Amino acid sequence: MQLAVWTYEGPPHIGAMRVATAMQGLHYVLHAPQGDTYADLLFTMIERRGARPPVTYTTFQARDLGGDTAELFKTAAREAFERFRPQAMIVGASCTAELIQDDPGGLARALGLPIPVVALELPSYQKKENWGAAETFYRLVRSLSAPPAPRAEGRAPSCNILGPTALGFRHRDDLREITDLLTRLGIAINVTAPLGATPADLARLGEADFNVVLYPEIAGPAAAWLARAHAQPATKTIPIGLGATREFIAEVAALAGLDAAPILAAETVRSAWYSRSVDSNYLTGKRVFVFGDATHALAAARMATEELGFTLVGLGSYAREQARELREAAKAHGIEATISDDYLAVEAAIQAAQPELILGTQMERHTAKRLGIPCAVISAPVHVQDYPARYSPQMGFEGANVLFDTWVHPLMMGLEEHLLGMFREDFEFHGEAAPSHLGAAAATATAAPTPPATLTWAAEAERELGKIPFFVRGKARRNTERYATERGIGTITIEALYDAKAHFSR
Amino acid sequence: MSAAALARPPAPGCTEAPVLRERGQREVFCGLTGIIWLHRKIQDAFFLVVGSRTCAHLMQSAAGVVIFAEPRFATAIMEERDLAGMTDANEELDRVVAQLLARRPDIRLLFLVGSCPSEVIKLDLSRAAQRLNATHAPGVRVLNYSGSGIETTFTQGEDACLAALVPEMRADPAPGLLVVGALAEVVEDQMRRQFEALGIGPVAFLPPRRAADLPGVGPGTRFLLAQPFLAETARLLEDRGARRLAAPFPLGAEGTTAWLRAAAEAWGIPAARFREVTAAGEQRARTAIARHHALLAGRRISFFPDSQLEIPLARFLSRELDMQPVEIGTPYLHRPHLAEELALLPADAMLSEGGDVDRQLDRCRAARPDLVVCGLGLANPLEAEGFTTKWSIELVFTPIQGYDQAGDLAALFARPLDRRTRLMV
Repeated sequence: MQLAVWTYEGPPHIGAMRVATAMQGLHYVLHAPQGDTYADLLFTMIERRGARPPVTYTTFQARDLGGDTAELFKTAAREAFERFRPQAMIVGASCTAELIQDDPGGLARALGLPIPVVALELPSYQKKENWGAAETFYRLVRSLSAPPAPRAEGRAPSCNILGPTALGFRHRDDLREITDLLTRLGIAINVTAPLGATPADLARLGEADFNVVLYPEIAGPAAAWLARAHAQPATKTIPIGLGATREFIAEVAALAGLDAAPILAAETVRSAWYSRSVDSNYLTGKRVFVFGDATHALAAARMATEELGFTLVGLGSYAREQARELREAAKAHGIEATISDDYLAVEAAIQAAQPELILGTQMERHTAKRLGIPCAVISAPVHVQDYPARYSPQMGFEGANVLFDTWVHPLMMGLEEHLLGMFREDFEFHGEAAPSHLGAAAATATAAPTPPATLTWAAEAERELGKIPFFVRGKARRNTERYATERGIGTITIEALYDAKAHFSR
Repeated sequence: MSAAALARPPAPGCTEAPVLRERGQREVFCGLTGIIWLHRKIQDAFFLVVGSRTCAHLMQSAAGVVIFAEPRFATAIMEERDLAGMTDANEELDRVVAQLLARRPDIRLLFLVGSCPSEVIKLDLSRAAQRLNATHAPGVRVLNYSGSGIETTFTQGEDACLAALVPEMRADPAPGLLVVGALAEVVEDQMRRQFEALGIGPVAFLPPRRAADLPGVGPGTRFLLAQPFLAETARLLEDRGARRLAAPFPLGAEGTTAWLRAAAEAWGIPAARFREVTAAGEQRARTAIARHHALLAGRRISFFPDSQLEIPLARFLSRELDMQPVEIGTPYLHRPHLAEELALLPADAMLSEGGDVDRQLDRCRAARPDLVVCGLGLANPLEAEGFTTKWSIELVFTPIQGYDQAGDLAALFARPLDRRTRLMV
């Protein structure tokens, strides 16, 4: 048993719903008790979809358990087919139905429906939402994909775009950005899936020359199968950030046999110039903590350090499946990755790292609010605010511009920060002042830790410490105490404080 | 047939109206959802759902991804190895509870809340509660109830929770009034003042704001239900000797007056005195409601089943705002507790219980009501089809009972229609 106050990922059948809801002409019959229909509101309220997810819940009750829940499933599946007339159906069980072992796949087959029915086995007590989405997409691709057709000679190179789903973090806008980019390169889009695809479209996947994988958490297993079955190579680079976008373009150009040089030369990107402009000097070395799904966390770590000049003080993910990649990336920055799906552990890691900016999920946004640290959201789990009315991709050249703005705006502007440093005793500034544009969200100062018994702080040194910005104050306190202990200093004076500062700033 | 039966006058309103009972997909929450308001209501109680990742995900999704400082609810998520053997599951539960209590030393009352998976694997939470009581007494009292979707629909979770509290109430034979059902604190305070002005007392509320303030119960207890979904709690209170005062629910001016009158009559308060005390509040309520009359009168309204508040709400809207109920869907119809409400409904209203969401959507599209009251999963899709909707969950999360909330209640129904008239896009 795991004590959870909040979770980063839902159960695996939510992942299956994200795939089903993204597609057209597909219906999901879910063996589930009353109450599991809450999942509909994720799509209708958070994503503000104007249609119900294409899901029929069997709605069994306690009194059915002694009777025939299997018959209930068959009735629901038959009626769903008659009412919605889908091209294909997926069937499966939620956590409770998994326990009663009715075998939805077998029951659906027994109905002899005149459409393909794909049975899903999503172990609710082991796996989570992203895994469920990946498994569902893989099963659909595998079941519906037709044998590869011979590729016509002399036609434009073509690819499939794989990964975007319903309830994805900016999937809608990323897809538009990347589709435009590929089209400008002269690459035809054969099928985009799951978002907007029909089961018939999945049958045509084999006709493309290669696959563009936007979200490996979701499309990884399907792309791996397509590579084996149809000899379709897949892209590895996730085009988030300027550098990664350029590498992505080079990668797809190589796969398509095209010359990427013209498009790379023609592209002028505002984010690169903004980052080089002197106004951005104050961003140098800002301490940033990055947490999210693996794809977005890794991309953010790279862009934060290489394209904004931040210093990475924390990197982590709730996705244990990609822990190895994250650990390697963290190691390259001389830090240890935080791999956890317990938000309290993530909060503790953030407090220990004392960042000046957090790039995280909606949960880290809450943590940041509590700690009074600026924050931008870079990854699922999603919130209604993650579906902005405007075009706001994370990927491609425009994505790099969006990320530059999104990450820089929560920070204090250069001069404001200097004024705060110079006039720390101004009654409106005070030590815990938040950037003026963040309103009155004052930080909750964490209680000062007790110094080692052999040490005391002189009153004036303690006051001086209070003039140091609060997010580095804990570190300054610890460093000074360490410095004093190592040198056998009993009372920390202002002198000792500045000696320690000089010592550690070398 | 006897002459007496023939001579009997027709039953008023919907008392004997047929009810459409359907079986199919339900678009409702399970009883766990009640924790979202109950954990704020009882300030030193904690709710530990023993369930799956789905339960945890439901709780945070239904709460609107609102994360409180640290909510007083959590989920013990069962994993593969908990399903393998009961001994392990019980040991794991003990470990999780110890971990929780170490982190939250302020907890005085812990509810172990059963879920669909814990019910299906027959994890006995009442035995677990007994065992944990032995370990954690006297600092913490551990109780259990089921909020599972296979047994409870949405607000029935509150019924199950309050029912778990009834055996904990001390025996108290003295006369007194008990108001049953979670209410906003502001509403409770208003009611307390009204009963005091009427000379009715002592008055206690279930659930209490703090676990230690759990009231007593006995043959002298008369209780008023503040909510229409408390069948099991009422039954257990009656088993303890308490007597229910039959009344409509305190929604709207008329409902609130009738509800207060039931207590006044039980306490033998003279009618003139009752009018004297309640007249001003009732007038205030009528004035506040009247402001929304023009927008709502004559409009046709349909309810999808959600909270069991549908019938009292339809009564309020039809009698005080002249709306026309088309279909009143309710997840469960408890006739004895709703007898006074049914009698006041227009005789031509269609009642449905349980439900099949696809078939009700078909009926809704055919009837084209002016306003549809429905859950969060249906509201935006219906708006996209051109319907005007009112999210029903707001009716559970907003103070709507009593005279001084009657205008707010009417406003909740007027706002979507008002918005439609303002928007030019």
